[in-house]
Amino acid sequence: MSTKIYLYPLLIRIWHLINALAIIFLIITGISLQYSDPLYPFMRFDLAVAIHNICGILLAFNYIIFIVGNIITGNSKHYIFRIKGYISKLMKQSYYYSIGIFKGEAPPFPINESNKFNPLQQFSYVVIMYLVLPILIISGFGLLFPEIVINQLQKTSGIFITDMLHIIGGFIVSIFLFVHIYFCTIGKKPFKNFKSIITGWHEDNH
Amino acid sequence: MCIINKSLSLSILALFLVVTSFTQTVIPNNNKCLKCHGNDYYKFYNRVIDKEVHHRMNPYFIINKTLYKKGVHKSFQCTDCHATEYEIYPHKAELKLEAKNTCLDCHGSDETFAKFHFEEIEVEVKKSIHGKLMGEDFNCERCHKQHYYELNARNKTDINKIVDYSNHMCLNCHNYTENKFYLLSDSTASIDEKSHSWLPNRELHFKKVRCLECHAQQNDSLKVPHRILGKEKAVKLCVKCHSDNSLLMSSLYKHDIKENRNKFGFFNGVLLKNSFVIGANRNFYLNSISISIFSLVLLIIFIHAFIRIILKK
Repeated sequence: MSTKIYLYPLLIRIWHLINALAIIFLIITGISLQYSDPLYPFMRFDLAVAIHNICGILLAFNYIIFIVGNIITGNSKHYIFRIKGYISKLMKQSYYYSIGIFKGEAPPFPINESNKFNPLQQFSYVVIMYLVLPILIISGFGLLFPEIVINQLQKTSGIFITDMLHIIGGFIVSIFLFVHIYFCTIGKKPFKNFKSIITGWHEDNH
Repeated sequence: MCIINKSLSLSILALFLVVTSFTQTVIPNNNKCLKCHGNDYYKFYNRVIDKEVHHRMNPYFIINKTLYKKGVHKSFQCTDCHATEYEIYPHKAELKLEAKNTCLDCHGSDETFAKFHFEEIEVEVKKSIHGKLMGEDFNCERCHKQHYYELNARNKTDINKIVDYSNHMCLNCHNYTENKFYLLSDSTASIDEKSHSWLPNRELHFKKVRCLECHAQQNDSLKVPHRILGKEKAVKLCVKCHSDNSLLMSSLYKHDIKENRNKFGFFNGVLLKNSFVIGANRNFYLNSISISIFSLVLLIIFIHAFIRIILKK
């Protein structure tokens, strides 16, 4: 028997869509810039810079909306967890994804209105949204306005450090994107979760 | 007594040698010239009106003594290049009509200066847009101030200073705010807030690379390219610099291309001294690690998906 929960209100869905599109374009243009080659041009360099800049600004604005929205609506509760006992929760969820799922076991942390994310989801979202994304946005802001970046830090170019942080952060987000998309296919129907983020209704039929 | 006299004589001689060694850089003849040409004003006794007069020195004829003493020609007497008749004041009017010595008069065909390739520089300048448009009128002096000339790209290790020095030469004429270009041409080849607007991070590029990187034909035998190209031939393809085989390595960073090429695994590692050039500064180790992690993630996803499909989960 399946139950339907209205898990993703319209504003969250719009926010998620903007975030997803901005990140996809940022990854594509970012790879194009990092691996630019005159012999194998994937995208015109200046065009890639322009798209990357626009999407970066869009992502930064969307991030501000995320932070403000979380504070106003109380959605931030989904990103708060107690450290005590959390590792065992992560282990349980990891066991489910790596073994339990193949045995047909029920998910250890079923999705409901008060627990929108399972512990692994929650942990990865917290790392991405509250650690990696701020680093990416701040370093991206530094690369967009390089005059604000300090010239030298311990004999190393400030731009170099900023760029390395940006590239490593971008790489982590791109890995997250692949894993995130794959995990969304987990369930009885592979497209169920994709449908949820479009309609807002989560169908629990595990 | 004799010993005291001898030691006194030696002391005086030693003092004389020390004093003369210090004063060797201050050339008396130059002091005579710089008495007038080293100041904003000069005075002389005007016999016609029978009194001493003060005149303002033509700014183009003022020599900055401090800069002169820092330059490579500091040991020269003024009359090494200028006619000896200039020692007499008032200077004869016809002296102005005499041909001035050019850089090549000393530097050309001389083994001492062979490493500087002055003859090749002259050929390159003639082929440059400046040479084509202005012919003989465009000489070394247009860009290089021979009185203050210092070795720059060859000696300095701070890239920012090399860039600043070089760009200052171009902007001395091609600068919108203190435009002197109109003195030479009706054209508007000057830098203003609209020019180079297509260039992402315009100001950063102006600060970190020389105009020459995009506006000159690189020459393997010259440290600094001298064949300046017309703007239609300028490099506009970003990937010429922002790629593994970066143009910067054969231009601005040519002087230490042999060192630091792959410092800590970075391609074009020498660029990291001054900046980080997207596309040019990939890192071999980071590339390998990121490709490995990415492949591993995709492999795990593939295996997981495959088992799910088999087990229909």
